Amino acid sequence: MISVEGLSAKYGDRIVLQGLDFHVGEGELVGLLGPNGSGKTTLLLCLSKVVALHAGKVAVFGRELSAYRARELALVEASVPQRLEISFPFKCIEVVLMGRYPHQREFGDDSDEDLAKAMEAMQLTDTLELAQRRITEISGGEAQRVIIARALAQEAKLMLLDEATANLDVAHKMEMFDLFSQKNEQGGTFLCAMHDLNLAALYCQRLIFLKNGRVSVDGPTTETFTEENLSNIYEAEVKVIEHPDTGAPQALFVPGAERGAHGA
Amino acid sequence: MAASRRAFVLGIVLLTIVSVLSVLGATGIGRLEIPWGTVIAAIGEGLGLSPTGSVERTPLVVVFDIRLSRVILSFLMGAALGVAGSVFQGVLRNPLADPFTIGVASGAAFGAALAFALGWGGTSYLGLGTIPLLALMGALGALALVVILGRVQGRLRRDTLVLAGIVVATFLSALIALIKALDEEAVSAIVFWVMGSFQGRGWIHVGFSLPYLLLGMYLVVKCGRELDILTMGELQARQLGVEVERVRRRLLVGASLLTAAAVSVSGVIGFVGLVVPHLVRMTMGAAHQRLMVFSGLLGGLALLWSDVAARTLLSGGEELPVGVVTALVGGPFFCLLLKRKRGGIILD
Repeated sequence: MISVEGLSAKYGDRIVLQGLDFHVGEGELVGLLGPNGSGKTTLLLCLSKVVALHAGKVAVFGRELSAYRARELALVEASVPQRLEISFPFKCIEVVLMGRYPHQREFGDDSDEDLAKAMEAMQLTDTLELAQRRITEISGGEAQRVIIARALAQEAKLMLLDEATANLDVAHKMEMFDLFSQKNEQGGTFLCAMHDLNLAALYCQRLIFLKNGRVSVDGPTTETFTEENLSNIYEAEVKVIEHPDTGAPQALFVPGAERGAHGA
Repeated sequence: MAASRRAFVLGIVLLTIVSVLSVLGATGIGRLEIPWGTVIAAIGEGLGLSPTGSVERTPLVVVFDIRLSRVILSFLMGAALGVAGSVFQGVLRNPLADPFTIGVASGAAFGAALAFALGWGGTSYLGLGTIPLLALMGALGALALVVILGRVQGRLRRDTLVLAGIVVATFLSALIALIKALDEEAVSAIVFWVMGSFQGRGWIHVGFSLPYLLLGMYLVVKCGRELDILTMGELQARQLGVEVERVRRRLLVGASLLTAAAVSVSGVIGFVGLVVPHLVRMTMGAAHQRLMVFSGLLGGLALLWSDVAARTLLSGGEELPVGVVTALVGGPFFCLLLKRKRGGIILD
């Protein structure tokens, strides 16, 4: 579904991504990990055609990214951005309805179907009771869930999440990822940039680690989530243990360890 | 949603009725007292609804040619400024933006100042002075300049657009100051024009500005939904499927045409395009489709009555510049809004 070949991206003269190659198949739930500045956000922005490719090719559903019109791309790809820029007092339901934009034709009111899809998405993200509140008057975590609802209302097969749950409390974090897993089982494909390693290990089948703008490690979670890989990539001492219930690998960090000991 | 849609339609119907009544009422008000029956009859005859000769010549001219044209012009220009203000605030994602933020007004003022300085203030063609023509050209020229300067790597960016607007406006203001310094005779005419007035405007001005007004309205009114999404930022707008450059350019050109149409016939009238969209956003919410419609109707009403005040407040028969009236009323009113705000304005 997404094929990336030799992808490079630059901001001005600074190279941010360099020669990335990977493929994400339909129905995968992939975690995109890596330290700050490793290029996770830029990669997602390249895939949603916000940042232009400097070199390489990206194909979504077998079609070259450059061949998509903005609206066509929004029908197959929904994004949850890392930072919200909200400056006007829209009602939360109005924000979620913005996700229906690629489905709508021309000028006019939102259809009953649009409204139903929006309400359903709000139900799933536990934001239905916020529908008539203004997005400027709710908490950051609540706003984040409203934006996730907007992405769901978009009904795209591919979801690109950039730290989508970073502002949420633990219960809501789990709730959102349970929801993503459920959508994933129904055929949705997810690429999630994350900092929470343990959350990633709990839910993602496959992890792609970026470092310095390159793919450092890519493979099934059980094989890639190792002490060696994590210590190398994050330049911090890490112990990996097994989750007592699910058996998923989980990382524990060691305080006071010498930073960068494993790095360069 | 169905309930809010009903409220929307009801609001439009109500404001439209109020607008029609206001036009009639304002036409009846003036220094020369004319009975209401005659006013109605004169309007009817002017519009060709009743046979000619039913009203005397003087009240017919005063009511139809002088007052009604001016009242309708002020309503249309207020509507243009209200809509343009709501669009500029949305596109620039700044609730403190107004139709003059990106330099359109300075362009118009420069055009007008040039006309005065060249001594063309008196010449006219079909009763239309050269002032509106040069003001319009100045406004469109300033817009073109701002759009060209505001482009970075082919993209029209919000911050560079505002900066380009400030640069162009400052430069043009300096040129206007230069004209004033070189040509003392033109100073008072320029100053009075810049303050904004409908004195002596008539049907010819309505006809002159109407095409730009209609074109501007056509360009912006269909983009309500895109404007909503644009306020979430360029990044999210792209990810939601909006062709950001195309929509932004269309909205800017449309709103600037509205502004240019208003400024070229009436001079610079402040506060309508700033306060009215604010007031509507606080009461009706931020969705731009209704924001534009209500800002248009309310802006029209605000300017219509401001102009009535401008031409009747002074007992001696002199007129106040209507821009002074809107600023005197709008300024304190805006402060009140800021103090009482709830969800209307977010500055950070």
